[in-house]
Amino acid sequence: MEMNSSNLWVFIETNEKGQAHNVGLELLNPGHSLSRAQGDEVVAIVIGQHTEAAVASAEAYGSDRIIIVEGEEYARYSTDAFAYAFHALITKYAPTSILIGATDLGRDLAPRLACRLKTGLTADCTELDFDEESGNIAWTRPAFGGNLMARILCPNHRPQIGTVRPAVFKKPEQDTSHKAEIVREEIHFSIENIRTKLIEEILDADNETIDLEGAEIIVSGGRGVGGPDGFKVIQQLADALGGTVGASRVAVDSGWISSAHQVGQTGKTVRPRIYIACGISGAIQHLAAMSSSDTIIAINTDPEAPIFKIADYGIVGDLFKVIPEFIALIDEQILTMAV
Amino acid sequence: MNILICVKQVPDTTEIKVDPVTNTLMRAGVPSIVNPFDACALETAARIKDETPDTKIVIVSMGPEQAKVALTECLAVGADRAYLISGRGFGGSDTLATSYILSCAVRKLEELEGKFDIIFCGKQAIDGDTAQVGPELAEHLGLAQVTCALEAKTNGNTVQVRRKTERGSEILGVEMPCLITMTKTAYEPRYASSRKKREVAKQEIPTLDENSFEIDLTRAGLKGSPTKVKKTFTIPQNSTGVIFHEATERQSTISLFELLVKGNILQLGVRYGNE
Ligand SMILES: Cc1cc2nc3c(=O)[nH]c(=O)nc-3n(C[C@H](O)[C@H](O)[C@H](O)COP(=O)(O)OP(=O)(O)OC[C@H]3O[C@@H](n4cnc5c(N)ncnc54)[C@H](O)[C@@H]3O)c2cc1C
Ligand SMILES: Nc1ncnc2c1ncn2[C@@H]1O[C@H](COP(=O)(O)O)[C@@H](O)[C@H]1O
Repeated sequence: MEMNSSNLWVFIETNEKGQAHNVGLELLNPGHSLSRAQGDEVVAIVIGQHTEAAVASAEAYGSDRIIIVEGEEYARYSTDAFAYAFHALITKYAPTSILIGATDLGRDLAPRLACRLKTGLTADCTELDFDEESGNIAWTRPAFGGNLMARILCPNHRPQIGTVRPAVFKKPEQDTSHKAEIVREEIHFSIENIRTKLIEEILDADNETIDLEGAEIIVSGGRGVGGPDGFKVIQQLADALGGTVGASRVAVDSGWISSAHQVGQTGKTVRPRIYIACGISGAIQHLAAMSSSDTIIAINTDPEAPIFKIADYGIVGDLFKVIPEFIALIDEQILTMAV
Repeated sequence: MNILICVKQVPDTTEIKVDPVTNTLMRAGVPSIVNPFDACALETAARIKDETPDTKIVIVSMGPEQAKVALTECLAVGADRAYLISGRGFGGSDTLATSYILSCAVRKLEELEGKFDIIFCGKQAIDGDTAQVGPELAEHLGLAQVTCALEAKTNGNTVQVRRKTERGSEILGVEMPCLITMTKTAYEPRYASSRKKREVAKQEIPTLDENSFEIDLTRAGLKGSPTKVKKTFTIPQNSTGVIFHEATERQSTISLFELLVKGNILQLGVRYGNE
């Protein structure tokens, strides 16, 4: 690999089992279209203790090259060790552009890295394209709680870096026969020098079963659901459709449902095939994270609720009357098909 | 214990509306508030002070003169000292330039107020929403960082921080000095009593400008900012959806259901989801 190669890098975040987080694989998609525009290649960066699973995914999803840094100091994410290793790689290879998932981890690492490199960083992008006029990546991101979109360039500094929200892009087609060039780098950081020490991990009880970002159908409840019992009705509709339950922040803050279900600026960004919003008014912080769903269906008693402005379909009415009717119709239909 | 909190005055973005005709933000009449995540940081510091009464809480904000209103609010809630960083060369700064200016100001403040054991920031400011200034400030100052904290308590010379993660939360121990960015806490920020509000109304808030501390001005303001905003725009929100509002919920539901099946949005007999 040339020392002065002008490549686009995608950070493949891994979880505690060493598997690739979806967002890194999703970013290989815009990574390819952007680097093609510049005649470059897409390089995946994997840092961890055991990286086989993530490397295999990065390869199958179309990376041209994969740079691997392995060591026991990378078994868990730490700002100190990861920023050190990533920075060493950038100094050595001088990539043009870097895409990182806008996850809690990505948003911890990226600014630390950008500042060490004295370069620009655009956070939480929802759109990426190539600005022909200036030859830069145009990073588009929401600001003011999603009320305003900004198109941002980083013209005079390299690398140009951005974090991108999960579920904004679709993963490329998987091709297990695709081969990437593998490069291994020995970069080590002493464990004693990691300044944050893990004392305890507290897992959400339902975390393992809640995959909002991967869900095809989400049925979400807000203040209109009225309480934890109301969420049983939301769950019934989700079950009838084979979907996952989401929630607004009001519902989470009121303790009706755990935070693993929250959709929104301070929760998860989702892009299901169908999003059903029940008793949710459609505040900008909620819309910002679900408005790119393929089909949005709203159920709300208030015809003026902003959610109807972005809904493809809707019912003005009481969710406690609509949902049971809806479930009955689903059951009826499946019944007639079975006969 | 000596604590610094970086506070930004922001427009209350939940009150901002988009003008349906011009498609621009209607900012007139929108109240300015202390960034909500910074208020969580102040509450967390105040709780540390409840436990360790000889704690001093210093607030710093970079912004126009008007930001002193936000600083006064923080004093009323329990901060001891407040400083405004304001200078003509500072306008138009992106996060790298802002964090650089703040880092220079922090060095000056440490001469005036002593070394800080903990620097708190909000996770993100609700106007820019970048969540970058905290980690970048930590990098400029060479400090350990913990982002997205739900809770922070001191224990000897370490801070125990509960941090939000994708799977729940984790408790990290980090030695002081360090920088912590706070997300929304489970507890609500406390209110100021009217007596306290009257008391702090007279408290002086010094302003530091580009001549008050050492700084390389080529790294500040617009020219010190690597990112450039090319344009801003709003997404027009016109309702084009099919909304049913029939005599009964039953009728509306039947109409919607038929449409969904006809449009192949609901494919019956096939179940979607996570297998
Ligand atoms: C910095 C910041 C971050 C935020 N992050 C998020 C976030 O991540 N996610 C999020 O969701 N919010 C977030 N918010 C909060 C957001 O601004 C709103 O307060 C919140 O989304 C409103 O939730 P809601 O729609 O459930 O409640 P409400 O706005 O109170 O709406 C309830 C709706 O239910 C309807 N309703 C009532 N009864 C019924 C019934 N029986 N049948 C049908 N409809 C009924 C009402 O007409 C109403 O429209 C954030 C706010 C800030 C300032
Ligand atoms: N102008 C400023 N003055 C003081 N603190 C700031 C300023 N801008 C950002 N911060 C701090 O950095 C945090 C993150 O801001 P941001 O990176 O803009 O989302 C805020 O919550 C504040 O604690």
